[in-house]
Amino acid sequence: MYLTVKGLAKSFGRNEVLKNIDLEIKKGEVVSIIGPSGSGKTTMLRCFNGLEQPDKGVFNFGDGFTLNFEEMTKKQEILRLSRKSGMVFQSYNLFPHKTALQNVMEGPVIVQKRKKSEAKREAEELLKKVGLGDKMDLYPHQLSGGQQQRVGIARALALKPELLLFDEPTSALDPELIGEVLKVMKDLAHENWTMLIVTHEIQFAGEISDKVLFMDGGYVIEQGKPDEVLKHPREERTKQFLKRILNPTK
Amino acid sequence: MKMFLDNNLLLTITANMEGWELIINSLPSMLSGAIQYTIPLTLISFIGGLILALITAMSRLSKSRIIQAPAIIYVSAIRGTPLLVQLFIIFYGLPNLGINIDPFPSATIAFILNVGAYASEIIRASILSIPKGQWEAAFTIGMTRWTALRRIILPQAARVSVPPLSNSFISLVKDTSLASLVLVAELFRKAQEIAARTYDFLLLYVEAALIYWVICFILSLAQEVLERKLSRHIAR
Repeated sequence: MYLTVKGLAKSFGRNEVLKNIDLEIKKGEVVSIIGPSGSGKTTMLRCFNGLEQPDKGVFNFGDGFTLNFEEMTKKQEILRLSRKSGMVFQSYNLFPHKTALQNVMEGPVIVQKRKKSEAKREAEELLKKVGLGDKMDLYPHQLSGGQQQRVGIARALALKPELLLFDEPTSALDPELIGEVLKVMKDLAHENWTMLIVTHEIQFAGEISDKVLFMDGGYVIEQGKPDEVLKHPREERTKQFLKRILNPTK
Repeated sequence: MKMFLDNNLLLTITANMEGWELIINSLPSMLSGAIQYTIPLTLISFIGGLILALITAMSRLSKSRIIQAPAIIYVSAIRGTPLLVQLFIIFYGLPNLGINIDPFPSATIAFILNVGAYASEIIRASILSIPKGQWEAAFTIGMTRWTALRRIILPQAARVSVPPLSNSFISLVKDTSLASLVLVAELFRKAQEIAARTYDFLLLYVEAALIYWVICFILSLAQEVLERKLSRHIAR
């Protein structure tokens, strides 16, 4: 087991966003989280890299690293948690004052203190891999949304994280640009990256995931193999949600 | 009767000179006041002030009340009191406590404190204007708060803050004329000294004004260049 999460809970003021969530992720597994907006999907994802601090919950990594949020957590521990994962944002969040290449190199050079020449070579490889070999020296505003998001993915990969987090990576994209981002993600899934994906692309989730979670109202309502959850859901709420999202006009 | 100034450059200036002669003869003295005092005072105060402003802005942005408090009080005190009064407290007031500071350092201290307070608000606003997603992206590639600030946030905030900071800088050039009142022999004090001998107040003060104008004009050209340089990667 790569990571076991137990009893994850988070409130914003009186609003309980996550209520006692348990989750297991195996090494190389692709886990997709679906659910209506406001169900806590994004908040849960953000707990995995310290962007949100849970009120409760124990993170147990296979390598022995344990974080119990009910106890006082130190900054160092949060930093260690966040450095285990790479994150791809809905709105890309590329650094606008840096080129595509510099965006990808920033983490390895500044955070990991790797040699610049070596980091540059690797960053070039990564950008080629996501199909941007000819755009490396462009600034974010010179790239389309799909291209920016692919730089975002390369930036996350550059740190060689154990876990890749995707927060609705295609939600801000024009429909015709979604495919190019999904294709890159599919390639990563085939390369056995461990991935946690919040998405509204149900069909895509069905294709690449080993496990699908359906969340609603801060709970994980149902989880299992994509076929079970997406084709033969047991819970009424899952059925309702899938019906709405697959046939929006009915 | 000829009245001589202590400054060697001014030996030739007299009360019955022609206007243009007076301007030409007083120019070297005024320019030396600008070069020896006005410009160094401006530069040192601005650079020192910016460092103080950055520290103040950071403590204002801290989550801890205890760290915020001194910054809030400092900014409020400086913005709430006249610059001239601050100058007088430092130069004429502190000697009562046995603290004697020379004119130039006195003025420098007052101006640094002033720039620090006003510019801290500009820097704070510029930092707050950078989208939260930039901080988050920096954290997710493993940066600490300080590294994120230095590498990601400040370079972007710098672009936002150039116009208002240039404004402060240009104001500062002109405010340094107040240093004449604590005996700093800067540009305007030179003008006053010459005018006191020749009674050509209008001519000499207009001449001083023109020199300030030229300095500020050059600075505003520099501002344009800097703005263009910093925004070349940003879509409009």
